[in-house]
Amino acid sequence: MEFDLASVSPEDIRELERNVFIGSLETLKGWVRSNSLWPLTFGLACCAIEMMAAGAPHYDLDRFGVMFRTSPRQADVMIVSGTVTKKMGPLLRRLYDQMPEPKWVIAMGSCATAGGPYVKSYSVIKGVDQIVPVDVYIPGCPPNPAALIYGINKLQEKIRYEARTGKRVTSG
Amino acid sequence: MGVIRTEELLLNVGPQHPSTHGVFRIIVKLDGEIITEATPVMGYLHRGTEKLAESLNYTQIIPYTDRMDYVSAMTNNYVLVHAVEKMMGLTVPERAEFLRLIVMELQRIASHLVWWGTYLLDIGALSPFLYAFNDRERILQLFNELCGARLTYNYMRVGGVKWDAPEGWIDKVKDFVKSMYGKLDDYHALVSGNEIFLSRIKGVGAYDAETAIAYGLSGANLRSTGVKWDLRKNEPYSLYDRFEFDVPVGRNGDCYDRYVVRMEEIRQSLRILEQALEQFPPEGETMGKVPRVIRPPAGEIYVRIESPRGEIGCYIVSTGKAEPYRLKFRRPSFVNLQILPKLLVGESMTNLVTILGGIDIVLGEVDC
Amino acid sequence: MSEEERKRPGEPEDDVSAASAGEQRTGTLEDGVSAANIGERRSGAPEDGGSAVSAGEKRTEAPEAGAAATGAGTPRPKAAETAADGARTEPAAPARRKETEEEKAARRKAALEAREAAKAAKAAAAAQDAAAQAGSPGAAQAGPQAASPGAASAGPAGAAAETNEPPPKPPSPNQPRLDRAVQLLRELVADDAVESASINEANDHLPTIVVRKERWLQAARLFRSHEELNANYLRNVTGVDYETHMEVVYHLLSLDSGHNYAIKVRTDRDRPSVPSVTPVWETANWNEREIYDLLGIDFPGHPDLRRIMMPDDWEGHPLRKDYVPLDPEV
Repeated sequence: MEFDLASVSPEDIRELERNVFIGSLETLKGWVRSNSLWPLTFGLACCAIEMMAAGAPHYDLDRFGVMFRTSPRQADVMIVSGTVTKKMGPLLRRLYDQMPEPKWVIAMGSCATAGGPYVKSYSVIKGVDQIVPVDVYIPGCPPNPAALIYGINKLQEKIRYEARTGKRVTSG
Repeated sequence: MGVIRTEELLLNVGPQHPSTHGVFRIIVKLDGEIITEATPVMGYLHRGTEKLAESLNYTQIIPYTDRMDYVSAMTNNYVLVHAVEKMMGLTVPERAEFLRLIVMELQRIASHLVWWGTYLLDIGALSPFLYAFNDRERILQLFNELCGARLTYNYMRVGGVKWDAPEGWIDKVKDFVKSMYGKLDDYHALVSGNEIFLSRIKGVGAYDAETAIAYGLSGANLRSTGVKWDLRKNEPYSLYDRFEFDVPVGRNGDCYDRYVVRMEEIRQSLRILEQALEQFPPEGETMGKVPRVIRPPAGEIYVRIESPRGEIGCYIVSTGKAEPYRLKFRRPSFVNLQILPKLLVGESMTNLVTILGGIDIVLGEVDC
Repeated sequence: MSEEERKRPGEPEDDVSAASAGEQRTGTLEDGVSAANIGERRSGAPEDGGSAVSAGEKRTEAPEAGAAATGAGTPRPKAAETAADGARTEPAAPARRKETEEEKAARRKAALEAREAAKAAKAAAAAQDAAAQAGSPGAAQAGPQAASPGAASAGPAGAAAETNEPPPKPPSPNQPRLDRAVQLLRELVADDAVESASINEANDHLPTIVVRKERWLQAARLFRSHEELNANYLRNVTGVDYETHMEVVYHLLSLDSGHNYAIKVRTDRDRPSVPSVTPVWETANWNEREIYDLLGIDFPGHPDLRRIMMPDDWEGHPLRKDYVPLDPEV
């Protein structure tokens, strides 16, 4: 087939510019993964109610491609919302291990971030990052559903950044 | 072909499960699809509130009460401040008491909406959850305007409330109440006559009044058996004796009666709200005369109020210091949940979700 | 010493706030009692009852305070010097910090005595009025640990009151119910079943009975089944760790009559055990498990006593006063 660059019309050039993307496969994977994050329903305490409210019609999460899955085998991201107690810790780790790669963790709320208001308690794990590696921390007690959406957006940016540049945001 | 050999199956309805309403675990022994024994395991959300309370003063404990029964935080706030006020003999100004009552009744409606939405979600109806949470958003936005928070309000203080109602807030609440009546009828039309729903709920998880009283049930769980016991009427607190409202009572003590009782409670809450908004004092103080450091005199007290889930109580032992010596919350979900193992014996596995949802528990309250 | 200014414009009620507010509103004092309190509290010398405003301890409003302090003649020369400067607010701060413990204690004691005297004066005045009930809030509520019914003890004490005793309290409306319950327990359970009985006034005059733990199961059955008591609803079971002993408190309710009772059962701290009442009220099942888990009280007769909140292999009982967590760093 002959391909004569000089004879490509301007309309064709515009069409090509609109419809043809050049990029790496990793970037494409990052874009796809970030726009269809399926969280594991891991609501522990009060933050779970705000997570439910974020999934409700007013602050719809479905428009971001976020669909809550109940089985860890089908989930990408684990949103730890609520206080993690020492009794719950091993189970949280087990659920994290059951998720297939690639997987991310969002620590929602101050209890999951660092123990929250229960930091002096005898039965609370002060921060879920002692058990699983956390990608995004969302502060708040509980964080507004809009804050949760912001956190999910940040995770999406992080996924796309790491895919595009190949670098990890934090070491290790 | 002979008889198929069957074995008993031990199934773990684990802490992470879509329909356990939080981190609650039930270990069921199944014979086919029929449950022969069910053992609840809780404590996955035990955060040690009572121990923490021994080192905090009373105003500092109020945020912790929010997080106990996080779906109806205003009633939790009230039980603590009411206990301290009673111990100290403080009077709360009229406007503050009206504000407290209005937010408690709004909270009751919000909590019942959460219950309705999640209960139907568990049973399998996916749309009512969306409707319920939409209405609940309106209530939460009202609360947001009033006290700045959507879920954990930290609104009441010993002696009154922290924030006064902003301009026009009362009118917004009036608009909400008017529209909610219509919405409630819509919900009934959507769900209450549905044949599938009725066949799943009627006759499931029934118990009689004797059992309910022996197990110490309260709230809709007790009233669905025919016992007319509502703390707002029988042991009135706040300003409830000024308003006219009915106490819906069921007959059979099954899940359907609990459903109907709770839906009627939403309607009665709307009635109370209408009357309270009419009688709302146009001006007044929001905080009574309270000493700088809140030190109840030495002694003890047990107060109880009617939260959406039942009787929530607060038992304080005070030695005259600014921190309580012992603070215990009598949580309705914890006590109501005791009847679950008894109800589940002989039920099919599908009814486990129906019965558990009908009891209306909040895990933050079960574990405290 | 610890009072800061109250920024609210409302009228303060008790002596503490009256003292601090009085400083802000210089010169406007309601009655001589508050003036006496303020004078004693601030200047530390009881004879300076006439001074309206205290020494220049407060950092703000120092000029007015300073002007009055020079007139009040405080025992602290430092404060007088710095207050005499007048305009500067900062030097008032070091003066306050240099107050020694003895002076603080003396000041507080003097203020307390003045308050007691004022209260007695008020009470005596009220007792001489026709209505004797007006003075009853003056007495603190009867603690449930009282060895005898509260009304009886307040009566003779009040009759002898001329100086500091509170006026006689009227007998509680629930006293007959309490007496009847105690009588039933003594007759139908055992003579030594009841250790003490009292009325908890703050708690809507709740009859509170301390039952001996050996008799508790029988007493519980009596409460449940006797037609006068008919306490068929166990509202709440609480365990309390007093450092010398432990206590389990039961709140009972009779749904038909609406009567409430509170029962306490004492046990010692080293092997605490209270008979379980699960056979009587089913609801005690998980409540007792929780108390066992968090406080370590054993309940013989319980069908299934194991941990409920903490993991099964947890060591120790967290709600005890001497609990030390084994892994505080997690």
